[in-house]
Amino acid sequence: MTESTSSISSMSSLSPLGSLSSLSSTAHETDPLVSVSGLAKSFGDHEVLRSIDFDVAPGSVTVLIGPSGSGKTTVLRSLNALDVADAGVVRIGDVGVDFAQRPVTKRQVATLRAQSGMVFQSHHLFPHVTVLENVTAGPVLAQRRDRPEAEAEARELLRLVGLEDKDGAYPYQLSGGQQQRVGIARALAIRPQLMLFDEPTSALDPELVGEVLRVMRDLAAQGWTMVVVTHEIRFAQQVADQVLFMDGGVIVERGTPEEVLTRPRTERARQFLHRILDPLD
Amino acid sequence: MNDQTTQLILDSLGSLLRATVTTTIPLTVISFVLGLVLALGVALMRLSSVPAVSAVARIYVSLVRGTPLLLQLFIIYYGLPALGVRFDPFPAAILAFTLNVGGYAAEVIRSAILSVNKGQWEAASTVGMGYVTTLQRVVLPQAARTAIPPLSNTLISLVKDTSLASTIQVTELLRVAQEAAAPTYQFFALYGVAAVYYWVVCLVLSFVQVRLEERQNRYVAT
Repeated sequence: MTESTSSISSMSSLSPLGSLSSLSSTAHETDPLVSVSGLAKSFGDHEVLRSIDFDVAPGSVTVLIGPSGSGKTTVLRSLNALDVADAGVVRIGDVGVDFAQRPVTKRQVATLRAQSGMVFQSHHLFPHVTVLENVTAGPVLAQRRDRPEAEAEARELLRLVGLEDKDGAYPYQLSGGQQQRVGIARALAIRPQLMLFDEPTSALDPELVGEVLRVMRDLAAQGWTMVVVTHEIRFAQQVADQVLFMDGGVIVERGTPEEVLTRPRTERARQFLHRILDPLD
Repeated sequence: MNDQTTQLILDSLGSLLRATVTTTIPLTVISFVLGLVLALGVALMRLSSVPAVSAVARIYVSLVRGTPLLLQLFIIYYGLPALGVRFDPFPAAILAFTLNVGGYAAEVIRSAILSVNKGQWEAASTVGMGYVTTLQRVVLPQAARTAIPPLSNTLISLVKDTSLASTIQVTELLRVAQEAAAPTYQFFALYGVAAVYYWVVCLVLSFVQVRLEERQNRYVAT
Protein backbone atom coordinates (compact mmCIF):
# COMPACT_ATOMS: atom_id res chain seq x y z
CA MET A 1 0.00 0.00 0.00
CA THR A 2 1.28 3.40 -0.89
CA GLU A 3 -0.34 6.74 -0.42
CA SER A 4 1.30 8.95 -2.94
CA THR A 5 -0.98 11.87 -2.17
CA SER A 6 1.43 14.72 -2.14
CA SER A 7 1.11 16.90 0.90
CA ILE A 8 2.24 20.11 -0.73
CA SER A 9 -0.79 21.91 0.63
CA SER A 10 -0.27 20.74 4.18
CA MET A 11 3.41 21.61 3.91
CA SER A 12 2.86 25.21 3.03
CA SER A 13 0.63 25.72 6.03
CA LEU A 14 3.41 24.30 8.15
CA SER A 15 6.05 26.80 7.18
CA PRO A 16 8.82 27.11 9.75
CA LEU A 17 7.61 30.58 10.62
CA GLY A 18 4.07 29.32 10.82
CA SER A 19 4.96 26.56 13.19
CA LEU A 20 6.66 29.03 15.49
CA SER A 21 3.31 30.48 16.34
CA SER A 22 1.40 27.21 16.37
CA LEU A 23 3.64 25.45 18.83
CA SER A 24 1.05 24.43 21.36
CA SER A 25 -1.79 23.74 18.94
CA THR A 26 -0.02 20.67 17.55
CA ALA A 27 0.30 19.13 21.01
CA HIS A 28 -3.40 18.21 21.10
CA GLU A 29 -3.14 15.88 18.16
CA THR A 30 -2.87 12.25 19.09
CA ASP A 31 -2.07 10.70 15.71
CA PRO A 32 1.66 10.21 15.31
CA LEU A 33 3.32 12.40 12.67
CA VAL A 34 5.82 9.66 11.89
CA SER A 35 5.05 6.00 11.96
CA VAL A 36 7.59 3.30 11.18
CA SER A 37 6.80 -0.38 11.14
CA GLY A 38 8.72 -3.50 10.24
CA LEU A 39 11.68 -1.58 8.82
CA ALA A 40 14.42 -3.95 7.65
CA LYS A 41 17.60 -3.33 5.70
CA SER A 42 20.70 -5.28 4.74
CA PHE A 43 23.88 -4.13 3.05
CA GLY A 44 25.01 -7.30 1.29
CA ASP A 45 25.09 -10.07 3.89
CA HIS A 46 25.11 -7.63 6.75
CA GLU A 47 21.72 -7.15 8.34
CA VAL A 48 21.70 -3.55 9.55
CA LEU A 49 18.06 -3.25 10.61
CA ARG A 50 15.99 -6.25 11.66
CA SER A 51 12.52 -5.00 12.40
CA ILE A 52 12.14 -1.45 13.54
CA ASP A 53 8.85 -0.05 14.82
CA PHE A 54 8.28 3.33 16.40
CA ASP A 55 6.04 6.38 16.28
CA VAL A 56 6.86 10.03 16.66
CA ALA A 57 4.17 12.32 18.02
CA PRO A 58 3.79 15.73 16.36
CA GLY A 59 5.89 18.37 18.09
CA SER A 60 7.98 15.81 19.93
CA VAL A 61 11.68 15.01 19.94
CA THR A 62 12.91 11.45 19.46
CA VAL A 63 16.56 10.73 20.16
CA LEU A 64 18.25 7.61 18.78
CA ILE A 65 21.28 6.43 20.73
CA GLY A 66 23.41 3.34 20.53
CA PRO A 67 26.87 2.07 19.69
CA SER A 68 28.27 2.75 16.23
CA GLY A 69 27.06 0.14 13.77
CA SER A 70 23.83 -0.31 15.73
CA GLY A 71 21.77 0.95 12.78
CA LYS A 72 20.59 4.29 14.14
CA THR A 73 21.87 6.34 11.19
CA THR A 74 20.30 3.86 8.78
CA VAL A 75 16.96 4.30 10.55
CA LEU A 76 17.26 8.05 10.16
CA ARG A 77 18.28 7.79 6.50
CA SER A 78 15.38 5.43 5.84
CA LEU A 79 12.95 8.11 6.98
CA ASN A 80 13.83 10.14 3.88
CA ALA A 81 14.85 7.18 1.70
CA LEU A 82 18.51 8.21 1.41
CA ASP A 83 18.82 4.55 2.32
CA VAL A 84 16.05 2.54 0.72
CA ALA A 85 14.83 -0.09 3.17
CA ASP A 86 14.26 -3.68 2.03
CA ALA A 87 10.97 -3.96 3.87
CA GLY A 88 8.74 -2.00 6.17
CA VAL A 89 6.47 1.00 6.00
CA VAL A 90 7.43 4.60 6.67
CA ARG A 91 4.63 7.08 6.99
CA ILE A 92 5.11 10.81 7.53
CA GLY A 93 1.87 12.76 7.72
CA ASP A 94 -0.19 11.81 4.66
CA VAL A 95 2.73 10.27 2.79
CA GLY A 96 3.40 6.59 3.19
CA VAL A 97 5.85 4.30 1.43
CA ASP A 98 5.78 0.52 1.71
CA PHE A 99 9.33 -0.54 0.95
CA ALA A 100 8.37 -4.19 0.46
CA GLN A 101 6.45 -3.14 -2.69
CA ARG A 102 9.06 -3.08 -5.44
CA PRO A 103 10.01 -1.07 -7.31
CA VAL A 104 9.99 1.98 -5.08
CA THR A 105 9.61 4.73 -7.66
CA LYS A 106 11.65 7.93 -7.88
CA ARG A 107 8.45 9.84 -7.37
CA GLN A 108 7.67 8.00 -4.12
CA VAL A 109 11.19 8.66 -2.89
CA ALA A 110 10.98 12.35 -3.81
CA THR A 111 7.59 12.77 -2.14
CA LEU A 112 8.73 11.08 1.05
CA ARG A 113 11.98 13.03 1.06
CA ALA A 114 10.14 16.33 0.72
CA GLN A 115 8.47 15.77 4.10
CA SER A 116 11.64 16.15 6.13
CA GLY A 117 14.65 18.42 6.41
CA MET A 118 18.00 16.72 6.91
CA VAL A 119 21.05 17.90 8.83
CA PHE A 120 24.19 15.87 8.10
CA GLN A 121 27.09 15.06 10.35
CA SER A 122 29.49 16.80 7.98
CA HIS A 123 27.04 19.54 6.96
CA HIS A 124 27.45 19.06 3.17
CA LEU A 125 26.82 22.74 2.52
CA PHE A 126 27.22 23.77 -1.11
CA PRO A 127 30.74 25.26 -1.02
CA HIS A 128 30.49 27.25 -4.25
CA VAL A 129 27.61 29.51 -3.24
CA THR A 130 27.02 31.91 -0.36
CA VAL A 131 25.27 31.15 2.91
CA LEU A 132 22.11 32.84 1.68
CA GLU A 133 22.16 30.85 -1.57
CA ASN A 134 22.62 27.66 0.40
CA VAL A 135 19.46 28.39 2.36
CA THR A 136 17.45 29.43 -0.70
CA ALA A 137 18.67 26.48 -2.81
CA GLY A 138 15.72 24.27 -1.87
CA PRO A 139 12.95 26.88 -2.11
CA VAL A 140 14.23 28.52 -5.32
CA LEU A 141 15.92 25.75 -7.32
CA ALA A 142 13.74 22.82 -6.28
CA GLN A 143 10.40 24.21 -5.11
CA ARG A 144 10.41 27.02 -7.71
CA ARG A 145 9.30 29.57 -5.18
CA ASP A 146 9.66 33.26 -5.79
CA ARG A 147 13.26 34.34 -5.09
CA PRO A 148 12.60 37.60 -3.16
CA GLU A 149 10.12 35.81 -0.91
CA ALA A 150 12.48 32.86 -0.41
CA GLU A 151 15.35 35.22 0.41
CA ALA A 152 13.28 37.08 2.97
CA GLU A 153 12.36 33.79 4.60
CA ALA A 154 15.99 32.61 4.42
CA ARG A 155 17.15 35.74 6.25
CA GLU A 156 14.54 35.04 8.89
CA LEU A 157 15.87 31.49 9.27
CA LEU A 158 19.46 32.75 9.46
CA ARG A 159 18.35 35.06 12.28
CA LEU A 160 16.77 32.06 13.98
CA VAL A 161 20.11 30.24 13.97
CA GLY A 162 22.00 33.40 14.91
CA LEU A 163 23.75 33.99 11.59
CA GLU A 164 21.84 36.90 10.06
CA ASP A 165 25.12 38.75 9.40
CA LYS A 166 26.73 35.84 7.49
CA ASP A 167 24.38 35.79 4.49
CA GLY A 168 27.10 36.83 2.02
CA ALA A 169 29.85 34.56 3.36
CA TYR A 170 31.01 31.37 1.69
CA PRO A 171 30.85 28.21 3.82
CA TYR A 172 34.66 27.95 4.11
CA GLN A 173 34.69 31.32 5.88
CA LEU A 174 32.57 29.96 8.76
CA SER A 175 33.46 27.90 11.82
CA GLY A 176 32.25 24.31 12.05
CA GLY A 177 29.43 25.30 14.40
CA GLN A 178 28.31 28.09 12.11
CA GLN A 179 28.41 25.76 9.10
CA GLN A 180 26.21 23.30 10.93
CA ARG A 181 23.75 26.05 11.86
CA VAL A 182 23.56 27.08 8.18
CA GLY A 183 22.86 23.40 7.49
CA ILE A 184 19.93 23.60 9.90
CA ALA A 185 18.60 26.77 8.23
CA ARG A 186 18.94 25.16 4.80
CA ALA A 187 16.94 22.14 5.97
CA LEU A 188 14.25 24.32 7.56
CA ALA A 189 13.91 26.38 4.39
CA ILE A 190 12.06 23.65 2.49
CA ARG A 191 9.28 23.93 5.10
CA PRO A 192 9.42 20.29 6.17
CA GLN A 193 7.04 18.65 8.57
CA LEU A 194 9.88 16.94 10.36
CA MET A 195 13.55 17.62 11.05
CA LEU A 196 16.16 14.86 10.92
CA PHE A 197 19.59 15.26 12.52
CA ASP A 198 22.35 12.74 11.82
CA GLU A 199 24.98 13.18 14.56
CA PRO A 200 24.99 16.93 13.98
CA THR A 201 27.72 17.64 16.54
CA SER A 202 29.99 14.60 16.14
CA ALA A 203 32.35 16.30 13.71
CA LEU A 204 32.65 19.52 15.73
CA ASP A 205 35.32 20.80 18.07
CA PRO A 206 34.00 20.38 21.62
CA GLU A 207 33.66 24.11 22.26
CA LEU A 208 31.39 24.47 19.19
CA VAL A 209 28.93 21.74 20.15
CA GLY A 210 26.91 23.97 22.46
CA GLU A 211 25.89 26.56 19.85
CA VAL A 212 24.43 23.84 17.63
CA LEU A 213 22.64 22.01 20.45
CA ARG A 214 21.13 25.30 21.67
CA VAL A 215 19.65 25.96 18.22
CA MET A 216 18.21 22.43 18.25
CA ARG A 217 16.80 22.90 21.73
CA ASP A 218 15.16 26.15 20.58
CA LEU A 219 13.61 24.39 17.60
CA ALA A 220 12.21 21.73 19.91
CA ALA A 221 10.78 24.43 22.15
CA GLN A 222 9.13 26.02 19.11
CA GLY A 223 7.25 22.81 18.44
CA TRP A 224 9.31 21.22 15.69
CA THR A 225 9.02 17.48 15.38
CA MET A 226 12.56 16.13 15.41
CA VAL A 227 14.37 12.81 15.14
CA VAL A 228 17.97 13.08 16.29
CA VAL A 229 20.83 10.60 16.16
CA THR A 230 23.38 11.74 18.71
CA HIS A 231 25.86 10.78 21.40
CA GLU A 232 24.99 13.89 23.43
CA ILE A 233 23.33 12.22 26.41
CA ARG A 234 22.76 15.51 28.23
CA PHE A 235 20.92 16.87 25.21
CA ALA A 236 18.75 13.74 25.16
CA GLN A 237 18.00 14.09 28.86
CA GLN A 238 16.98 17.72 28.54
CA VAL A 239 15.21 17.82 25.19
CA ALA A 240 13.97 14.36 24.19
CA ASP A 241 10.41 13.19 24.69
CA GLN A 242 11.33 9.70 23.60
CA VAL A 243 14.66 7.90 23.59
CA LEU A 244 15.30 4.80 21.50
CA PHE A 245 18.37 2.76 22.39
CA MET A 246 19.49 0.62 19.46
CA ASP A 247 21.94 -2.23 19.29
CA GLY A 248 22.50 -4.85 16.59
CA GLY A 249 19.80 -3.48 14.30
CA VAL A 250 16.97 -3.59 16.81
CA ILE A 251 15.48 -1.14 19.29
CA VAL A 252 16.55 -2.63 22.62
CA GLU A 253 14.95 -0.06 24.89
CA ARG A 254 12.52 2.77 24.43
CA GLY A 255 10.88 5.26 26.73
CA THR A 256 11.32 8.65 28.30
CA PRO A 257 14.87 9.94 28.88
CA GLU A 258 14.34 9.15 32.55
CA GLU A 259 13.46 5.53 31.78
CA VAL A 260 16.13 4.79 29.18
CA LEU A 261 19.00 7.00 30.29
CA THR A 262 18.66 7.08 34.05
CA ARG A 263 17.18 3.66 34.79
CA PRO A 264 18.00 1.43 31.81
CA ARG A 265 16.50 -2.04 32.14
CA THR A 266 18.90 -3.96 29.94
CA GLU A 267 22.53 -4.72 30.54
CA ARG A 268 23.42 -3.61 27.00
CA ALA A 269 22.00 -0.13 27.54
CA ARG A 270 23.65 0.13 30.95
CA GLN A 271 27.05 -0.77 29.51
CA PHE A 272 26.68 1.63 26.59
CA LEU A 273 25.72 4.54 28.81
CA HIS A 274 28.49 3.71 31.21
CA ARG A 275 31.05 3.71 28.40
CA ILE A 276 29.82 7.07 27.16
CA LEU A 277 29.53 8.79 30.50
CA ASP A 278 32.63 7.31 32.14
CA PRO A 279 34.97 6.36 29.31
CA LEU A 280 37.93 5.82 31.67
CA ASP A 281 36.24 3.27 33.92
CA MET B 1 68.71 37.29 -43.14
CA ASN B 2 68.67 39.15 -46.46
CA ASP B 3 66.28 41.86 -47.56
CA GLN B 4 64.37 39.49 -49.81
CA THR B 5 63.53 37.20 -46.89
CA THR B 6 62.55 40.11 -44.66
CA GLN B 7 60.25 41.36 -47.39
CA LEU B 8 58.67 37.92 -47.80
CA ILE B 9 58.01 37.67 -44.06
CA LEU B 10 56.46 41.16 -43.98
CA ASP B 11 54.30 40.34 -47.00
CA SER B 12 53.06 37.12 -45.47
CA LEU B 13 52.27 38.51 -42.00
CA GLY B 14 48.87 39.68 -43.16
CA SER B 15 47.78 36.53 -44.97
CA LEU B 16 48.96 34.28 -42.13
CA LEU B 17 47.12 36.45 -39.63
CA ARG B 18 44.01 36.23 -41.78
CA ALA B 19 44.26 32.43 -41.90
CA THR B 20 44.65 32.37 -38.12
CA VAL B 21 41.65 34.57 -37.46
CA THR B 22 39.32 33.25 -40.15
CA THR B 23 40.17 29.56 -40.04
CA THR B 24 42.44 28.29 -37.26
CA ILE B 25 40.64 30.07 -34.42
CA PRO B 26 37.07 29.32 -35.62
CA LEU B 27 38.07 25.70 -36.22
CA THR B 28 39.41 25.51 -32.68
CA VAL B 29 36.53 27.30 -30.97
CA ILE B 30 33.69 25.54 -32.80
CA SER B 31 35.26 22.08 -32.36
CA PHE B 32 36.01 22.72 -28.71
CA VAL B 33 32.53 23.95 -27.82
CA LEU B 34 30.78 21.15 -29.70
CA GLY B 35 33.33 18.68 -28.30
CA LEU B 36 32.61 19.76 -24.73
CA VAL B 37 28.87 19.29 -25.21
CA LEU B 38 29.54 15.84 -26.65
CA ALA B 39 32.00 15.09 -23.85
CA LEU B 40 29.47 15.96 -21.14
CA GLY B 41 26.98 13.58 -22.72
CA VAL B 42 29.58 10.83 -23.02
CA ALA B 43 30.77 11.40 -19.44
CA LEU B 44 27.20 11.08 -18.13
CA MET B 45 26.73 7.93 -20.21
CA ARG B 46 29.96 6.52 -18.76
CA LEU B 47 28.59 7.21 -15.26
CA SER B 48 25.23 5.62 -16.07
CA SER B 49 24.20 2.63 -14.01
CA VAL B 50 22.81 0.99 -17.16
CA PRO B 51 25.66 -1.27 -18.36
CA ALA B 52 24.84 -0.97 -22.08
CA VAL B 53 24.84 2.83 -21.98
CA SER B 54 28.11 2.93 -20.12
CA ALA B 55 29.66 0.40 -22.51
CA VAL B 56 28.79 2.44 -25.61
CA ALA B 57 30.51 5.46 -24.09
CA ARG B 58 33.53 3.42 -23.08
CA ILE B 59 33.97 2.01 -26.59
CA TYR B 60 33.70 5.48 -28.11
CA VAL B 61 36.34 6.90 -25.78
CA SER B 62 38.59 3.94 -26.45
CA LEU B 63 38.32 4.34 -30.24
CA VAL B 64 39.02 8.07 -30.15
CA ARG B 65 42.00 7.72 -27.86
CA GLY B 66 43.31 4.60 -29.50
CA THR B 67 43.63 5.90 -33.07
CA PRO B 68 45.70 8.79 -34.50
CA LEU B 69 43.87 12.06 -35.00
CA LEU B 70 45.36 12.32 -38.50
CA LEU B 71 43.81 8.96 -39.34
CA GLN B 72 40.44 10.07 -37.96
CA LEU B 73 40.61 13.11 -40.26
CA PHE B 74 41.48 10.94 -43.25
CA ILE B 75 38.69 8.48 -42.55
CA ILE B 76 36.12 11.26 -42.39
CA TYR B 77 37.38 13.22 -45.40
CA TYR B 78 38.84 10.53 -47.69
CA GLY B 79 37.18 7.40 -46.32
CA LEU B 80 33.53 8.24 -45.81
CA PRO B 81 32.90 9.18 -49.49
CA ALA B 82 33.24 5.43 -50.20
CA LEU B 83 30.06 5.06 -48.15
CA GLY B 84 28.44 7.95 -49.96
CA VAL B 85 29.03 10.46 -47.16
CA ARG B 86 30.89 13.51 -48.46
CA PHE B 87 32.04 16.54 -46.47
CA ASP B 88 33.69 19.77 -47.50
CA PRO B 89 37.12 20.20 -45.93
CA PHE B 90 36.09 22.63 -43.16
CA PRO B 91 33.05 20.66 -41.91
CA ALA B 92 35.09 17.45 -42.12
CA ALA B 93 37.74 19.02 -39.90
CA ILE B 94 35.12 20.31 -37.44
CA LEU B 95 33.61 16.83 -37.23
CA ALA B 96 36.93 15.11 -36.65
CA PHE B 97 38.13 17.57 -34.02
CA THR B 98 34.76 17.56 -32.25
CA LEU B 99 34.75 13.77 -32.01
CA ASN B 100 38.34 13.86 -30.79
CA VAL B 101 37.74 16.49 -28.10
CA GLY B 102 34.57 14.61 -27.15
CA GLY B 103 36.59 11.50 -26.34
CA TYR B 104 39.40 13.14 -24.40
CA ALA B 105 37.29 15.70 -22.52
CA ALA B 106 34.73 13.03 -21.56
CA GLU B 107 37.30 11.36 -19.33
CA VAL B 108 38.26 14.70 -17.78
CA ILE B 109 34.63 15.59 -17.08
CA ARG B 110 33.81 12.14 -15.79
CA SER B 111 36.61 12.20 -13.24
CA ALA B 112 35.78 15.80 -12.27
CA ILE B 113 32.17 14.78 -11.57
CA LEU B 114 33.40 11.85 -9.49
CA SER B 115 35.66 14.19 -7.53
CA VAL B 116 32.62 15.98 -6.10
CA ASN B 117 31.71 14.55 -2.69
CA LYS B 118 28.76 12.16 -2.75
CA GLY B 119 27.31 14.14 0.16
CA GLN B 120 26.64 17.00 -2.26
CA TRP B 121 24.25 14.79 -4.25
CA GLU B 122 22.54 13.69 -1.04
CA ALA B 123 22.26 17.21 0.34
CA ALA B 124 20.81 18.46 -2.95
CA SER B 125 18.26 15.68 -2.99
CA THR B 126 17.17 16.37 0.61
CA VAL B 127 16.31 19.94 -0.35
CA GLY B 128 14.29 18.60 -3.27
CA MET B 129 16.56 18.86 -6.29
CA GLY B 130 16.33 16.24 -9.03
CA TYR B 131 19.18 14.81 -11.10
CA VAL B 132 19.36 17.57 -13.70
CA THR B 133 19.11 20.46 -11.24
CA THR B 134 21.70 18.87 -8.96
CA LEU B 135 24.07 18.35 -11.87
CA GLN B 136 23.55 21.87 -13.18
CA ARG B 137 23.52 23.87 -9.96
CA VAL B 138 25.59 21.81 -7.53
CA VAL B 139 27.85 19.23 -9.13
CA LEU B 140 29.08 20.74 -12.42
CA PRO B 141 30.01 24.12 -10.90
CA GLN B 142 32.21 22.27 -8.42
CA ALA B 143 33.50 19.81 -11.00
CA ALA B 144 34.55 22.78 -13.15
CA ARG B 145 37.21 23.65 -10.62
CA THR B 146 38.84 20.26 -11.07
CA ALA B 147 38.27 20.15 -14.81
CA ILE B 148 39.60 23.54 -15.90
CA PRO B 149 43.36 22.75 -15.87
CA PRO B 150 43.09 19.49 -17.88
CA LEU B 151 40.46 20.95 -20.23
CA SER B 152 42.80 23.88 -20.88
CA ASN B 153 45.41 21.35 -21.91
CA THR B 154 42.93 19.79 -24.31
CA LEU B 155 42.11 23.19 -25.79
CA ILE B 156 45.75 24.20 -26.20
CA SER B 157 46.54 20.88 -27.86
CA LEU B 158 43.59 21.41 -30.16
CA VAL B 159 44.90 24.80 -31.34
CA LYS B 160 48.01 23.07 -32.61
CA ASP B 161 46.21 19.93 -33.80
CA THR B 162 44.12 22.06 -36.18
CA SER B 163 47.30 22.23 -38.30
CA LEU B 164 46.53 18.63 -39.28
CA ALA B 165 43.58 20.00 -41.24
CA SER B 166 46.13 21.32 -43.75
CA THR B 167 46.27 17.73 -45.03
CA ILE B 168 42.61 17.77 -46.07
CA GLN B 169 42.69 21.05 -48.01
CA VAL B 170 41.60 23.35 -45.18
CA THR B 171 43.40 26.66 -45.73
CA GLU B 172 44.34 27.20 -42.12
CA LEU B 173 47.50 28.77 -40.76
CA LEU B 174 50.00 26.02 -41.56
CA ARG B 175 48.69 25.50 -45.09
CA VAL B 176 48.84 29.19 -45.90
CA ALA B 177 52.43 29.28 -44.63
CA GLN B 178 53.27 26.24 -46.78
CA GLU B 179 51.74 27.81 -49.86
CA ALA B 180 53.53 31.11 -49.29
CA ALA B 181 56.88 29.38 -48.77
CA ALA B 182 56.70 26.88 -51.63
CA PRO B 183 57.57 29.18 -54.59
CA THR B 184 60.68 30.58 -52.91
CA TYR B 185 61.67 27.73 -50.64
CA GLN B 186 61.69 30.14 -47.67
CA PHE B 187 60.31 27.48 -45.36
CA PHE B 188 62.30 28.50 -42.32
CA ALA B 189 61.03 32.08 -42.36
CA LEU B 190 57.38 31.29 -43.02
CA TYR B 191 57.10 28.29 -40.72
CA GLY B 192 58.77 30.53 -38.13
CA VAL B 193 56.03 33.12 -38.50
CA ALA B 194 53.36 30.40 -38.28
CA ALA B 195 55.00 29.03 -35.12
CA VAL B 196 54.91 32.48 -33.52
CA TYR B 197 51.22 32.83 -34.34
CA TYR B 198 50.34 29.44 -32.80
CA TRP B 199 52.41 30.34 -29.79
CA VAL B 200 50.69 33.70 -29.28
CA VAL B 201 47.23 32.10 -29.47
CA CYS B 202 48.30 29.56 -26.86
CA LEU B 203 49.77 32.27 -24.63
CA VAL B 204 46.45 34.10 -24.66
CA LEU B 205 44.62 30.88 -23.78
CA SER B 206 47.04 30.17 -20.92
CA PHE B 207 46.35 33.63 -19.58
CA VAL B 208 42.60 33.03 -19.77
CA GLN B 209 43.10 29.71 -17.97
CA VAL B 210 44.87 31.44 -15.07
CA ARG B 211 42.04 33.95 -14.73
CA LEU B 212 39.41 31.20 -14.81
CA GLU B 213 41.24 29.23 -12.15
CA GLU B 214 41.42 32.30 -9.92
CA ARG B 215 37.71 32.81 -10.33
CA GLN B 216 37.02 29.18 -9.42
CA ASN B 217 39.10 29.48 -6.27
CA ARG B 218 37.03 32.28 -4.79
CA TYR B 219 35.04 29.84 -2.66
CA VAL B 220 37.86 27.74 -1.23
CA ALA B 221 40.26 28.58 1.56
CA THR B 222 43.72 29.24 0.14
